[in-house]
Amino acid sequence: MGLNNIWVFAQAANGSATSATLELLTKARELGATVSAWVGGDASSIAGTLGEYGATKVYATGDLGGALPGVAVSSAMKAAIDGGDAPDLIMFPQNYEGRDVMARLSVKLDRTVLTNNIDCSVDGGTVTVTTPVFGGNTLVSTSFSGAAPYLAAFRPKSFAAESAGGGAAEVVAAPSGDLGSTGGAVVTSVHVEESTGPKLDEADIVVSGGRGLGEAEKYAMVSDLAKLLKGAAGASRAIVDAGWVPYSMQVGQTGKVVKPNVYIAAGISGATQHMVGMKGSKNIIAINKDAEAPIFGVADLGIVGDVHKVLPKLIDALRARG
Amino acid sequence: MKVIVCVKQIPDPALPGELDAATNTLKRDGKLILDESDSYGVEMALQLVDAAGGGEVALVSMAPNNEMSGLRTALAMGAAEGVLVSDPALSGSDALTTAKVLAAAVQRLGGADLVLAGTESSDGYTGTVPEQMAELLGLPSVTFAKKVTVDGATLKVDRQTEAGYDEVTCPLPALVSVTAGVVEPRYPSFKGIMAAKSKPVDTVTAADLGVTAVGWAGSGQAVASVAQAPAREAGTIIEDDGEAFGKIVEFLETIKVI
Repeated sequence: MGLNNIWVFAQAANGSATSATLELLTKARELGATVSAWVGGDASSIAGTLGEYGATKVYATGDLGGALPGVAVSSAMKAAIDGGDAPDLIMFPQNYEGRDVMARLSVKLDRTVLTNNIDCSVDGGTVTVTTPVFGGNTLVSTSFSGAAPYLAAFRPKSFAAESAGGGAAEVVAAPSGDLGSTGGAVVTSVHVEESTGPKLDEADIVVSGGRGLGEAEKYAMVSDLAKLLKGAAGASRAIVDAGWVPYSMQVGQTGKVVKPNVYIAAGISGATQHMVGMKGSKNIIAINKDAEAPIFGVADLGIVGDVHKVLPKLIDALRARG
Repeated sequence: MKVIVCVKQIPDPALPGELDAATNTLKRDGKLILDESDSYGVEMALQLVDAAGGGEVALVSMAPNNEMSGLRTALAMGAAEGVLVSDPALSGSDALTTAKVLAAAVQRLGGADLVLAGTESSDGYTGTVPEQMAELLGLPSVTFAKKVTVDGATLKVDRQTEAGYDEVTCPLPALVSVTAGVVEPRYPSFKGIMAAKSKPVDTVTAADLGVTAVGWAGSGQAVASVAQAPAREAGTIIEDDGEAFGKIVEFLETIKVI
């Protein structure tokens, strides 16, 4: 037996529903009888897709005037719940906005939150979520206790998105009311760090570099190799923190989760932080000087050697093939 | 300007983490150090107070066994005082209870113009505590800040996004969570380390703060099972003899990528 009513916090990027949103809707359909989506802003452009993936209703706050959605969406959700429309489970994507909305709502409802999950199951009324710890070596399953609604956040790519072939969802206005100064954080301008080639979290091949590259200039080898393989270039947290490459290229727990066909880790030791973001890759190739580096524990092909010697030869060999 | 920084003291991340077999919660009973993610908040607070032409940086922390070695590190960097909440009843607290405790500690210090926190701790990484604190304190908030400046009563923040960053403005008082690498944390000087020994740390219990410590049992969650993830099959590891790049080419050919 599943749950009656599940809400999914839905997001749009460039006018389309994000893949994380569609993944959560697909899973919610399996777990609950009725699925509704929540949108911070105007939902008209994505109500069709949300319906296609299983939402029968879309609650939309309406234009937020640039305000960060955490306060507004959680206030609107609280108002709906107080109005008698309480769900059993609310699913959030594990990202900035998802965490903000969920955290605010947890205080308003005085309910615990469970984050970083990769799976969810329902047995009777019991909802259990699973989160990987210690770099994904150990899986901890936790059940909610006490009264619903339960709040849980899921990492991207935890579920496969599948269309349900449903029609457009009904859009319901869910205003957030007067937020006072609490809602005062407003986006005044948006900066997109341009990258060419496929997107990091969608690419079939990802080449990432880490501290083993030694200096920022050597990162060019990683981008060259990525370009040759028509893949995307990524990075470990260490070199993002060091300012070599922008955060949008970070793979890992606090960066992007990638599951490409091929992942090449160059000069990356494989800290827990990084492994969480790439362990799901189909084929992993690692190049590192230190034979004891944890990255070799997950590599299908590991080269114990100097990236400064291996990468240039590999790049030349691939160029020679044309 | 008064800035309060939330600091977490965690087991050394260089040591392997372990779950307590009885409770399935993370073991935190050994020596604790200042979470590196929080050293950025401390540094930023010190710089903002400097830029404002004066003020004070204070700390709030929650840790078992009156542990304050990490707190002393932050005091040695230049913070003036701290509130340490240490209470066996808080063991196993979820993120919401932690946020209630830290928010009450902020109030015990008389509130602040700005409350700073890391985006998530390095050991538990639930990542919701800062935003939960903001809600409890009734403050606006900006999470994932990579640059923060203060202009009168307004904060200007560059907030990290999936694709780049947003410029965000926010009225003070407010709460901001800062990303790692946002500033270069200073090393405590010898003078700072000596001075930190005599700086005031107010050690309190949950009851002193008026927070009901529910611990693990009352947190609305229970660990159902702990299992090993399916291991990846061991791969081929070879030493580079100058020709190892050829193995990579072969591998890519085998899986038909080239």
